[in-house]
Amino acid sequence: MKYAGLLLMPAGFFLTIAALVLFPDPLHRGIFVVCALAVEAAGLSAAVRGHISPRGESRP
Amino acid sequence: MIGMPPPATGGITSNSDSVFVLTLALLLIAPLILAGLALINTGLGRSRSAAQALLGNVAIVSVAAIVFALVGAAVAGSLSVAGHAFHLAGKSWDWIGSGSLLLGGFGSAPAHEQLGLLFELQAAAFAALIPWGSGADRLRLAAGCALTAVLSALVFPLTAHWIWGSGWLAQLDRNFSLGAGFLDPGGAATVHALGGLSALAVVWIAGPRRGKFPREGLSTAMPGHQVVYVLFGSLLSLVGWLAWNTAGAILWLHAPLNTLPVDAVNTLLSAAAALLATLLVTRIRFGKPDASLCANGWLAGLVASTGCAAFITPGDSIAVGMIAGVVTPVLVEVLELALSIDDPSGAITVHGVAGLWGLLAGGLFASQPGQLLAQLVGIATLLGFVLPLVYLFFAILNRLVPFRVDPDGERIGMDLHELGGGAYPEFVIHRDESYR
Repeated sequence: MKYAGLLLMPAGFFLTIAALVLFPDPLHRGIFVVCALAVEAAGLSAAVRGHISPRGESRP
Repeated sequence: MIGMPPPATGGITSNSDSVFVLTLALLLIAPLILAGLALINTGLGRSRSAAQALLGNVAIVSVAAIVFALVGAAVAGSLSVAGHAFHLAGKSWDWIGSGSLLLGGFGSAPAHEQLGLLFELQAAAFAALIPWGSGADRLRLAAGCALTAVLSALVFPLTAHWIWGSGWLAQLDRNFSLGAGFLDPGGAATVHALGGLSALAVVWIAGPRRGKFPREGLSTAMPGHQVVYVLFGSLLSLVGWLAWNTAGAILWLHAPLNTLPVDAVNTLLSAAAALLATLLVTRIRFGKPDASLCANGWLAGLVASTGCAAFITPGDSIAVGMIAGVVTPVLVEVLELALSIDDPSGAITVHGVAGLWGLLAGGLFASQPGQLLAQLVGIATLLGFVLPLVYLFFAILNRLVPFRVDPDGERIGMDLHELGGGAYPEFVIHRDESYR
């Protein structure tokens, strides 16, 4: 899950680049960039959840 | 020319003499931030790891300075205008600097480029200190130096070139008519967001301290051993921060001299508002103000100011600081209790989140149309490109130089394990309840 999340984040970054290249109109570009950020947030959320260690694992 | 003969060529004009001298003076004061951060990192760790923590801070500054001078400055393109670029959709995308290794040409470079390099040299060390605090009590000294080398040679210079150099983020205005391009005069992105995201990667890879998250009940409280260091470090940082933000505004925004007092006032107001907000939140949440969280709130206000203090009003600065001050204690608690992230220095929140907030606030409060979108593109780059890249580098590095100390070393403390002696030899190190 953590690797899926970490791969989803660059996907959001490339969506941001695509927004700059594909949409000259500020409104559409803005909406696309916000969507890209949402993709990155989903990736970050998955990565965070994937890194949560089970309780007690840090106990010797 | 302050008692000096005018330079022959490539030097500063008489009109810019005062700017040069002022900027240089500010950059000589700015390392107080590094001293403050070193005290904070040390104070928020445990007493059994204090000497290793402080030595680590000094070692990290040393490694960052040398590696950035040898390699990083070339990648950042600190002394050259144009970098390597590719063309996509009819636009030029400058993605990496094309400078000389070993600071070639530094002595003969124009004055403003020399100052810019001095700023970046300190910024590289600053960014690398941030994850060291998050790995306190379990991150090995060799690992701290190794991850500093990676950050200073590749990741920080790349980010600095994109934002402070002639990189594609700085050219968002020319290529895509987005405000004045991505604005980050004080390093909210290049230093703090990068440092905070690196701290997240370090914590993920190294894992929590042993005994931090027991099988049952809440996480074990492991408070910092010396809150006086933390609070004094916070005050010391303010002095450096005032110089840092002002120097950044001169170097990266070419701010006129008469706007610099507003920048300094905004920096102080942001920190003050953040401290008071954190004090109030912790008073309501715990019944009494929490000293170390208040220090974190103060720092979060300073961090947020780096992204926007140079071009917003004092009223806006107070709002920026207040929001940073409210979010910080809440998020520190959420990261630890809900997400099992063991971040002793709170750097992920204080530097990462507050840095991103400062950048966003710059877009919200700026007057140029399109600036908010430019800032969002920069934030998306940090989250979507820089964080996965740092994680990848650190994961590979962890195979070569293991980040985490062995269990026995963690039990006896990093001082005895790595240095052979403690910071406080006359103290009795009592048994840790979490090891029952």
